[in-house]
Amino acid sequence: MDGLDALRAKVMDAISGASDEAALEDVRVSTVGKKGEVSLKMREMGKMSPEERQEAGPALNALKNEVNSALAAKKEALADAALNERLQSEWLDVTLPARTRPMGTIHPISQVWEEVTAIFADLGFSVAEGPQIETDWYNFDALNIPGHHPARAEMDTFYMKRAEGDNRPPNVLRTHTSPVQIRSMEALGAPLRIICPGRVYRADYDQTHTPMFHQIEGLAIDKDISMANLKWVLEEFFSIFFGIEGIKTRFRASHFPFTEPSAEVDVQCSWVDGQLRIGEGDGWMEILGSGMVHPKVLQAANVDPYEYQGFAFGMGIDRIAMLKYGIPDLRAFFDSDLRWLRHYGFAALDQPAIHAGLSRT
Amino acid sequence: MKFTLSWLKDHLETESSLEEILYALTDLGLEVEGVENPTERLSAFTIGYVNSAEKHPDADKLRVCQVQTDEGELQIICGAPNAREGITVVVAKPGTYVPGIDTTIGVGKIRGVESYGMMCSEREMEMSDEHDGIIELPSGEVGQSFTDWLAENDPSKVDTVIEIAITPNRPDALGVRGIARDLAARGLGTLKPRDTDPIKGTFPCPINVTIDAPDACPVFYGRVIRGVKNGPSPQWLQDALKAIGLRPISTLVDITNFFTYDRNRPLHVFDADKVHGNLRVHLSEGGEKILALDDKEYTLDDGMCVISDDNGVESLGGVMGGAASGCTEDTTNVFVEAAFFDPIRTAFTGRKLKINSDARYRFERGIDPEWTPVGIEHATRMILDLCGGEASDVVVAGEMPDHSRAYKLDTDRVQSLVGMEIPDATQRETLKKLGFVMDGDMASVPSWRPDVQGEADLVEEVARIASLTKLEGRPMTRVQPGIPKPVLTPMQRREQIARRTIAALGYNECVTYSFIDQASAALFDGGTDATRLENPISSDLSHMRPALLPGLLQAAARNQARGYADMALFEVGPAFHGGEPQEQHHLATGLLIGHTGPKDVHGARRAVDVYDVKADVEAVLNAIGAPAKAQILRGANDWWHPGRHGKICLGPKKVLAVFGEIHPKILKAMDVKGPAMGFTIWPAEIPFPKNATATRPALAMRDLQAVERDFAFVVDADVEALTLVNAAAGSDKALIENVRVFDEFIGGALGEGRKSLAITVRMQPVDKTLTDEEIEAVSSKIVEKVTKATGGTLRG
Repeated sequence: MDGLDALRAKVMDAISGASDEAALEDVRVSTVGKKGEVSLKMREMGKMSPEERQEAGPALNALKNEVNSALAAKKEALADAALNERLQSEWLDVTLPARTRPMGTIHPISQVWEEVTAIFADLGFSVAEGPQIETDWYNFDALNIPGHHPARAEMDTFYMKRAEGDNRPPNVLRTHTSPVQIRSMEALGAPLRIICPGRVYRADYDQTHTPMFHQIEGLAIDKDISMANLKWVLEEFFSIFFGIEGIKTRFRASHFPFTEPSAEVDVQCSWVDGQLRIGEGDGWMEILGSGMVHPKVLQAANVDPYEYQGFAFGMGIDRIAMLKYGIPDLRAFFDSDLRWLRHYGFAALDQPAIHAGLSRT
Repeated sequence: MKFTLSWLKDHLETESSLEEILYALTDLGLEVEGVENPTERLSAFTIGYVNSAEKHPDADKLRVCQVQTDEGELQIICGAPNAREGITVVVAKPGTYVPGIDTTIGVGKIRGVESYGMMCSEREMEMSDEHDGIIELPSGEVGQSFTDWLAENDPSKVDTVIEIAITPNRPDALGVRGIARDLAARGLGTLKPRDTDPIKGTFPCPINVTIDAPDACPVFYGRVIRGVKNGPSPQWLQDALKAIGLRPISTLVDITNFFTYDRNRPLHVFDADKVHGNLRVHLSEGGEKILALDDKEYTLDDGMCVISDDNGVESLGGVMGGAASGCTEDTTNVFVEAAFFDPIRTAFTGRKLKINSDARYRFERGIDPEWTPVGIEHATRMILDLCGGEASDVVVAGEMPDHSRAYKLDTDRVQSLVGMEIPDATQRETLKKLGFVMDGDMASVPSWRPDVQGEADLVEEVARIASLTKLEGRPMTRVQPGIPKPVLTPMQRREQIARRTIAALGYNECVTYSFIDQASAALFDGGTDATRLENPISSDLSHMRPALLPGLLQAAARNQARGYADMALFEVGPAFHGGEPQEQHHLATGLLIGHTGPKDVHGARRAVDVYDVKADVEAVLNAIGAPAKAQILRGANDWWHPGRHGKICLGPKKVLAVFGEIHPKILKAMDVKGPAMGFTIWPAEIPFPKNATATRPALAMRDLQAVERDFAFVVDADVEALTLVNAAAGSDKALIENVRVFDEFIGGALGEGRKSLAITVRMQPVDKTLTDEEIEAVSSKIVEKVTKATGGTLRG
C-alpha cells in the first residue's frame, strides 16, 4: 500500500495549506467527500480478496480518521484565527470612565444608632421611642426636676408657644431622652430593659453645641440591679462599640436630679500627637452621665421603689460617633453638605451586626 | 466656684499635696475645671544681684549689666529705666520660658554686645500689668528661686487657684468650708474650728425689722455698727478676692463677699444713715422701681421678696441690694443683714429680673439657715477688726425654719444599690464626718445640706466619700437564657429597611433640624402658632417643621450654592402637625435634583424626571411590604406640580406615598434651581400583613409557553395609562399574566389632543396550549374592554 503514504502526505499538505474555510471544504470534498480520493479507495476494497482487504481495511480506516481529525483541527484553527482577527479590531479604551452609578449613603447618626442598638439588643434591651415635643411633666417633674429646680434653668430649654388664654404650662422640646424612661415604665412596668435613642433639643449654639443633637438613654430596672452592673454593661458596650478589648471606665460622683447615686463616667483614653485614642493609656475623658434611678422617678412612673431598682445612663450619639469615626465638627452633622455626607456616610449594605464585627475598618 | 489653695488651708489642716487634693475633689463630685498654679509658670526664675551697670556703647537707652546669679556673673543687656548697680532682680537665664512675652530666652547679641539672659518685669512674668521697669526686690539671696522668695514674702502671688464645677445639689460647696469638709471626710486632713465668740452689743439696734412675708423670708438678723471707717480693704482680703476673680470695692463690701465665698453666707450691708425708719420685709405689689447696686433700674412684678424702709424698696431680698442705701467709702454707720430667703422665691425674682448675682445663685440653691445668726457674729467681728466701730444688739425677726429631718441608714442598701462593700462602721463614720448626727440607724441631716431628702441620698453620700472609682464592674445576667430575642418593633424595622433601601437607590441621607423658619414652614402648610417656639435660638429656626421637604430643599440650595447641581438627598424622621406630644408623625422623604450624573462618554446623562422618583418610591414601598396593587391618584398638597405628581393610595383616604415634581413656585421661594423631583412615604400608613409568617405562598410555575400580543390604541391625551392597562388586564384575569405599556406617542398624525398607547399583553395558558382561535377571542375581548373603558380605538 505504498500509494497510501503518498496520499496521506498530499492530503495533509492540502489541509494545512487551506487558507480559509472554503478552501478547507474543497479539500474535504476532494478527500473524504463522496467522490474523494480516500472514499474512492475505500470503495475499491470491495474488489479485493479477503486477505488484501484485511490488510488494506485498517490502513484506509486509519487514514480516513486521520484526515477527518486534521480537517476538524484545521477548521477550529481557522475559526480561532478569524475570531482573533475580529476581536483585535474590537479594541476599546477601557480607561474611559464607566457609566456612573449613584452611591447613596447612610448618615453617621443612623449608623451609630444601629450599632448601639445591635449591642444593647444582645444584652436584652429593646428600643423605646417617644415624642419630641413633651409636656413639662414628662420632661421635668416626673424626673424629679420641680419647677424651681436650678437644673431646669441650666438645661437651656426650648418652650412651645401657648395660645393666648391657654394657661397650661408650656410644652417643651425634650431636653433629654429621659422622658421616654417614664413613658416606658408607665406602659410596660418592671422589670424592664430599654434604650431610648432620639433627637433632643437645647437652646445653645457654638463650636461644640447645636440646638438639636441626639441622645441615647439606657434603663434597666429589676430587683437586684446595681451600679456595678452598670459599670460592666458600659465597659462591655464601649469595648464592642470602639472595637477594643477591655476598655476601662471610671465612675466619678456627680449629681443628676433623676438618679441617686449619680456618676459621671469617663472612658480610658490617651492623647498622642494631638490625636485622641480611646481605650488606651491612662487619661480619662468624660463620656456620659449615669446613676441609679431615683426612687421618686420610679414612683412617678408607677414602679414600686421598695421592690425595684435600676440604673439609667444617657450619652450623645453624635458625640460617640465623632469619637469613633474621627469627625471633627458637630455642626457639620446637620448641614447636609454633599461632600461631608459622602465622606463620613456609610454604604447602604453596611448594616451593623455583632457577629460580623460591628463596623468595617 | 473658685478658691485658692491657701484659702482652703484656712479651713483644712492637711498634709496632702495639690495633686491629691485635685484628684479627691473631682472624685468626690466637685469636678475640677481649672487650676492656675503660678509656681509652675515661674519655677525657672531665680534671684540675681546687679554688680554693675554701664551704658551700652551703641545705644543710649540700653545698659550692659553684670549680674551675679547662681551660675556666676552673667552679662545682661537691659533697657529698663531702673536697671542699675546694686539692685536685687529676677533673672531669666538662657533656656527659660518667659510667659508674658511668649519667648524662650537665648544667648544673643544686642547692638553688638552679647547678652546672657533677661531681668524681668512683673508683666513679663504675668504677675500683674506692671511694666514700668524690672522688679527690684527688697530682699533675697543670689540664686534663690523666685517662687520660694514669693512664698516667703508675698504668698498670694504664688497661691494656686482652683476652679470646680458645682452641681445644683451642693450649695454647701459654694463656700470654701463646705469643700474643706468633703476633703476632711475623704481623709485628706481635719477641719479647723474657725469659731468666733458672739459680740455683745453696747446699745440697742436703732433700726427695727419686721417680716410680713415669712414664707419668703422666715428669719432675719441685723445690727448696726456705728463709727466704722470704710475704705480700701487690707491687702490680704483684696488678694483673696482678686485671686478668685472678684473686684475689691471697699472693706465693708469686701467683707460681705468674703463670707459669701468662705461660708456660702451672703450678707448685705446698708448705710444705716441712708435707711429711713425701720426695715420691713414683704412681697412687692408690682410696679415698684429700684436702682440696684449694678446701677440698673428694675421695675418689680408682684410677689417679689423686697426690703423696704419709709422711702420704699431698698433691697431685693436674696438677690441684690439697692444703690440708694448701699455703703460707700464715706459710710460711718452700717447696718448688717444676715437673713434666710426662700430658694424658690429667690429663683423666681432673679429669673424675672434677669439678675445673676452671687447672692441669688446661693439663696436659690439653699444656704445653711443655722449659720444665719453665727454669720452675723463673724461679720461683726471682722468689721470691728478692720473698720473699728461699736456694735449694737442684734435685732431678730421671724423664726428659724424647721429643717430637721432624719433618715434611716440601711447599710445593706449601699451594697445592693451601688455594688460596693463598705463596712457598717465606715458608713456611719462617713456620715458623721459630713455633719450628720447618728442616733441608732437614724441619720439627722446637717442644716447645710438641703439636698439630702431621703435614704437614697445617704447611700449617695457614703458611696461618694468611699469613691466610686473603686467600683468594680459586675456582669448583668441575661433577661432569659439562650439566644437573645429580636428587640425591634415592626415599625422600627420598617423604618430601618426604608432608610437603607433609599440609600441603596443612590440617595445621601441627611439629618436636618426639626425646626425651620416660618416662611419655609408656611409653604408646606406649617408655620402656624401651634408649632411655634416661644424662644427660638434664631428666626431661621422658629417653627417645628411640618414636613421634611423644606429642610431638604434648603440643603439642596446650600449644595447648589457650593457648585453641586446634581444630587439625591433623603431624610427619615419626624414632622410635626401641632404643638402637643402626640402631634408628631414619621416620614421618609427623598429629593432628586439635576441630572442622572455628570456629562459622560456614554451619552447616558439626562435630566431627572418624575419617573425616576416613581421608580424609587415603588422600590421602597415594595421593600417595606406595601401591597403591589395600589391606586395612583392626583390632588396632593399644592407644593407639588399640579400635573406631575401622584399619590399612591389604598383607597382615596389611605395615602401611602406621594411622588412628583416640586412646584416651581416653591423652588423659587426657597431659592432652589430646578426642576426638582421628590417623594414622601408615610411608613405607618402601610398596613402590616394580617397573619405574619415567613412562609411564602406556593410558586405556581406553568410548563406551557406564554404568548405575547401587542396592541396599540388611540385615545384622548388625558386618558391615563393605568386605566387602559387595568381594562386590558381585566378582560381575562385567569389567562392574562401581565400588561405592560411599551410606547406612548402624542399628537402628530393622530391630531391634537390624541395619543397612542401601545401595550404588550402576556397570556399564560394553564392546562393546554392556546389555539389561534382562543388567542383571537381574548384579543377581541381586550380591544372591547379597552375601547369601552377609554373611549379609544385600536390603531390600525
